[in-house]
Amino acid sequence: MPQILLDGLTLGFVYAIVALGYTMVYGVLKLINFAHSEVFMVGAFAGTEVLLFLHAMGYLATLPPAVALICAMLIAMILSGTLGVFIERIAYRPLRQAPRLVPLISAIGVSFFLQDAVRLIEGLWKNAFYLTAPTLFTNKITITPTLSLPVKSLVVIMAAVTMMVFLHLFVSRSKWGKAMRAVSQDQATASLMSINVNRVISLTFLIGAGLGGAAGTLFAAQYSLIHPYVGFLLGIKAFTAAVLGGIGNIPGAMLGGILLGLLESFGAAFLGVATNGAMGAEYKDVFAFAILIAVLIFKPSGLLGEPEREKI
Amino acid sequence: MRGKGGLMALLLVVALVTLLAVGCGGGATEPNDGGQALEVIKVASVSPLSGPQAGMGEPIKLGAQMALEEQKAEFEALGFKLELSPQDDQADPKVGVTVAQKLIADKNVLVVVGHLNSGVAIPASEVYVKDNLCQVSPANTATAITDRELPIVNRIVARDDAQGPAGADFATNDLGAKKVFVIHDKTTYGQGVADEFKKQVEANGVQVVGYEGITAGESDFSAVLNAVAAAKPDVVYFGGMYPEGSLLAKQMKEKDIAAKFIGPDGMYDPKVIEIAGEAAIGVYCTSVAGDVTLTEVGRAWADRYQAKFGQAPGSFAAYGYDATNVALEAIKQAIAANGGEKPSRLQVTEVARAIQDFKGVATDVTFNVRGDNKDAKVFIYEFTEMKFPAPIVKEIVAGDYLK
Repeated sequence: MPQILLDGLTLGFVYAIVALGYTMVYGVLKLINFAHSEVFMVGAFAGTEVLLFLHAMGYLATLPPAVALICAMLIAMILSGTLGVFIERIAYRPLRQAPRLVPLISAIGVSFFLQDAVRLIEGLWKNAFYLTAPTLFTNKITITPTLSLPVKSLVVIMAAVTMMVFLHLFVSRSKWGKAMRAVSQDQATASLMSINVNRVISLTFLIGAGLGGAAGTLFAAQYSLIHPYVGFLLGIKAFTAAVLGGIGNIPGAMLGGILLGLLESFGAAFLGVATNGAMGAEYKDVFAFAILIAVLIFKPSGLLGEPEREKI
Repeated sequence: MRGKGGLMALLLVVALVTLLAVGCGGGATEPNDGGQALEVIKVASVSPLSGPQAGMGEPIKLGAQMALEEQKAEFEALGFKLELSPQDDQADPKVGVTVAQKLIADKNVLVVVGHLNSGVAIPASEVYVKDNLCQVSPANTATAITDRELPIVNRIVARDDAQGPAGADFATNDLGAKKVFVIHDKTTYGQGVADEFKKQVEANGVQVVGYEGITAGESDFSAVLNAVAAAKPDVVYFGGMYPEGSLLAKQMKEKDIAAKFIGPDGMYDPKVIEIAGEAAIGVYCTSVAGDVTLTEVGRAWADRYQAKFGQAPGSFAAYGYDATNVALEAIKQAIAANGGEKPSRLQVTEVARAIQDFKGVATDVTFNVRGDNKDAKVFIYEFTEMKFPAPIVKEIVAGDYLK
């Protein structure tokens, strides 16, 4: 039982960091950035390549694993952050005045483009597009004989919490954060208050995509196998988590992610017992999404989302 | 705006003219050195050449290409120009059907060698059957492939209901399992083998303590593994492909679950070692594909393959090669029966089903009335060290499991 809780939490934190990227962009632009799952994937590849490079150079054996991971995460963040800004500049900014469905389609296009671009590059370079990240943390903390926490899961949780705390402080305390919130409320008025809206939006993409890249590296370190399509399922789940918590709301994304991870984990463990074997662990997604629907019926704006007010 | 419209129209006309010119150029006959026209015979290979399963699909195409190039001269002597038409089904049933429709329209295609995935082969064969286009499958193991009793469908590998029972008999007789846990990936293939495994272990008197599905493409299987840990089985059987299977084996080890791990041929891949690491050691795979390098003929063939393509043959390369040779054999016999003329698709289909005692590099082939190969075997591999290919620990003749 506590083991199920721990496994669910680890998965939930991965969902949560990816969900942050969806929620930040939605908060500012009211755009569902479907390319975010691919930014995550690019981050996973970048981080893994750094780790593989360190491994090939022999540094991985001498360097403390935490340093190697932070190194990989930083490079992945820079790369995918830049990619995020770039995507916004070429795929979304020209469409900003277009109806909302148009940038959505553009996002899906970017997403396909990135999947196949990574497949092409890795295919040409390594002749394989399934990458296996070297294992960094093999230890386990044994809490009780039946309950153990792998160090790598702990690393995921700690890194996720750190990033979320910093992000929250940034958005709620800093000047740029204030500008971001202003733009999310009303772009026109924000620009009248001498806020450079374009730059704020670029910054949002930089941070959101950077977090996605970091999440990708953490994901690769945790589960070790990545491929160009790894973002798809995870992206859908993270998007769901963002909706569950209230899309556009940063603490909501964290709550939604953790909740979804726990729901899946407990669903898988207890559905079989509860239905006397009629529904097994494979129905965990059905269970999690049923709960999502139930939440949205009673709270259409998500758990922490504020109801949308018509502006007059 | 008007200027732009004019330009577009011009471009369109140019494009159309180019298309027409190309269309006329690619006729059905081509002059050879002597100036007389050779009739074209095409063999199509269909397998995933892009997407996540391209790594397994590409060797089938290469095997087919190799077989074809070796027999080119022989066919030229008979008055035919042999061509390979390599197709990509992306491991996707929808794409597979589109490709099938394209092939059926090309009257020079006499045999299809493919597909890799049973889930793709089944809808595609419903298209091939409309024009009696013969299909020789190098890799499909699902029972429904031949159980539909289509006259065109043949396969040279063993069936799922052989792979599952062979794994089950191995688990019972050789591993001495008392309790097994069955996991599958909810695909036609994965659930197919898992169900057959379950049926046979139950018949052997082994207790099945769990039966669960996972979603292909996910990475975290802790939920289902917590259920495995609670059930304490001796053997865990996984019906599915290596990306999920290797992660399952790895995460099982991380959770200190000591059960033996058996998977089907989708699990027999060099990547298992890379992904699962140390956890790969002790993993068993049943496979319908034998190790060609175990026989002298096979070794020589593998060397030729290596020299030609600069890579070691993947597990289905030899089957792609054998399936293509079976196809070419059928075409040759049909040509002979047709008095040296180009045979019809129906003639090739009829001859193919009657093929007996064909000697291939990977398998002998004798088709039964349904198009199943009576000589097919199931091989059990064990990853004893971090090395691929892994040694074969047991061979089971699958003809015994044919109904």
